[in-house]
Amino acid sequence: MSMRSISSGTSRVFSDAWPAVTSISALILAWEAYVQFSGISPTALSAPSRVLIQGFEQREALASHTLATLQATLFGFSCSLCAAFLFSLLLDFFRPLRRALFPVFIITQTLPLVAIAPLVVLWFGFGLTPKIVLVALVTFFPMLVALVQGFESTDRDIEALLASMGASRRRIFVAARLPSALPYFFAGLRISITYAVVGAIFAEYAGAVRGLGIYILNAKNNFRPDLVLAAVFVSATLTLCLFGATVLLQRLAMPWARIAEFKP
Amino acid sequence: MSKARLELRSVSKRFDDLEVLADVSLSVQPGEFVSILGPSGAGKSTILQLLTGALRYDGGSILCDGAPLESDSHRFAFMPQRDALMPWRRIIDNATLGLEVQGMSRAAAREKVQPLFAEFGLAGFERHYPSQLSGGMRQRVALLRTVVQQRSMLLLDEPFGALDALTRAKMQRWLSGMWTRHDWTVLLITHDVREAVLLSDRIYVLSPRPASILRHYDIPLPHPRPPAGDATLPAIEADILQTLLTLEE
Ligand SMILES: Nc1ncnc2c1ncn2[C@@H]1O[C@H](COP(=O)(O)OP(=O)(O)OP(=O)(O)O)[C@@H](O)[C@H]1O
Ligand SMILES: [Mg+2]
Repeated sequence: MSMRSISSGTSRVFSDAWPAVTSISALILAWEAYVQFSGISPTALSAPSRVLIQGFEQREALASHTLATLQATLFGFSCSLCAAFLFSLLLDFFRPLRRALFPVFIITQTLPLVAIAPLVVLWFGFGLTPKIVLVALVTFFPMLVALVQGFESTDRDIEALLASMGASRRRIFVAARLPSALPYFFAGLRISITYAVVGAIFAEYAGAVRGLGIYILNAKNNFRPDLVLAAVFVSATLTLCLFGATVLLQRLAMPWARIAEFKP
Repeated sequence: MSKARLELRSVSKRFDDLEVLADVSLSVQPGEFVSILGPSGAGKSTILQLLTGALRYDGGSILCDGAPLESDSHRFAFMPQRDALMPWRRIIDNATLGLEVQGMSRAAAREKVQPLFAEFGLAGFERHYPSQLSGGMRQRVALLRTVVQQRSMLLLDEPFGALDALTRAKMQRWLSGMWTRHDWTVLLITHDVREAVLLSDRIYVLSPRPASILRHYDIPLPHPRPPAGDATLPAIEADILQTLLTLEE
């Protein structure tokens, strides 16, 4: 792809982001005004300006905890992606497995995170492992469903055509079913990446050495709502960045889906 | 008569309790353009699926160049009812699909297909994606993808069915010209009586389901046929139309 299309893409991202930036700014201004004029105690609700200043003072601690969370998120999510892809292959090539395994996967989705997180920490300790497990647990199923659905969305005519050409089952999968699943895959990716961050923070909250979750817990126990909010801002920003990265990845992986931009 | 490229003898096919083909016999000689006309749902696409090996027939026999057709021989190049272009492949890579499946490298396949783009009216569109092309151009890509496979016969399932009337008329003339210049053997499925009459050496008319061959028409006129050239063409067209209309009653 050309430089031009990348830069035209980014400028479009900015023009698309405009309304969101405006509404969020308005919200923050209103909040600041409310805290300034209502006289509410800063231990109950801190003004955004205070959150910003305190957060900036704590920037080194925040950064190192954020890095830990990011690491857990990305590791866990990668594991979950690999597992989801392997299982989606299995389910696609051996159809009967679907009826056997899907109920099991659905059950894993009904487990409440609040109950599971402490158990996972109990089993795997305070290191990286429980976070990876928890992130994988919350993102595996959405990714698996997205992939299986994506494979199923393949145009029957394209498959019949490939078969008439003498293509093997594997060939049909690679040439037709895999690319057909891409839009579903990326839709699943966008949803799951937000779950992944929440999953990691939950795991840390249940017990960890480092990470935004444990930072939030400590700040709360020290009656520092400003620092709790600072950590929340950071995690929201982190989620947004990861979300943006998946959007960018999709644009790179599916150039045919945005050709309307430079249609002759 | 020489050995037929394709011969169906009393072929029958049923899906569970739905009898689709009752008794279909037809033949296509090398270099011939043969059409099958029939009401919707008669089983026209089913006949092509038997030939591509996607389905097995229940009774009768199918011979290709005198020998029984093996279901995994892939003797024919097939163009499905909708164009079935892959949206994620560029036009040139859609055109090379069949060659790649046959084991040719993508680079070699591109080299082989490239010179045909001009003749198919697609020059300059090699690097485009299918969604950037008009309906008529997409059909030409699909046809290009079909002919480059260099199989012994082309199976075309209503190639122009989805086009507007004007584009369809243009594409029919274009196909007629292409067929005259190349040594293609074609079996065409169509709903369009005029299309069949304009293009074919022989036309088979199918009865409604369960299908058998109701009549066939030989049209021994030279190609390409001018739209208002010969008085026999409209006469045959009217006759076939009459046959199809009485079927409906
Ligand atoms: N795989 C299948 N299983 C069961 N029934 C089928 C299958 N394929 C086709 N049929 C049925 O066989 C009949 C003939 O289908 P076919 O697609 O061959 O018709 P057609 O003549 O090509 O129709 P059209 O002109 O609308 O394309 C239809 O009633 C269809 O529902
Ligand atoms: Mg059909």
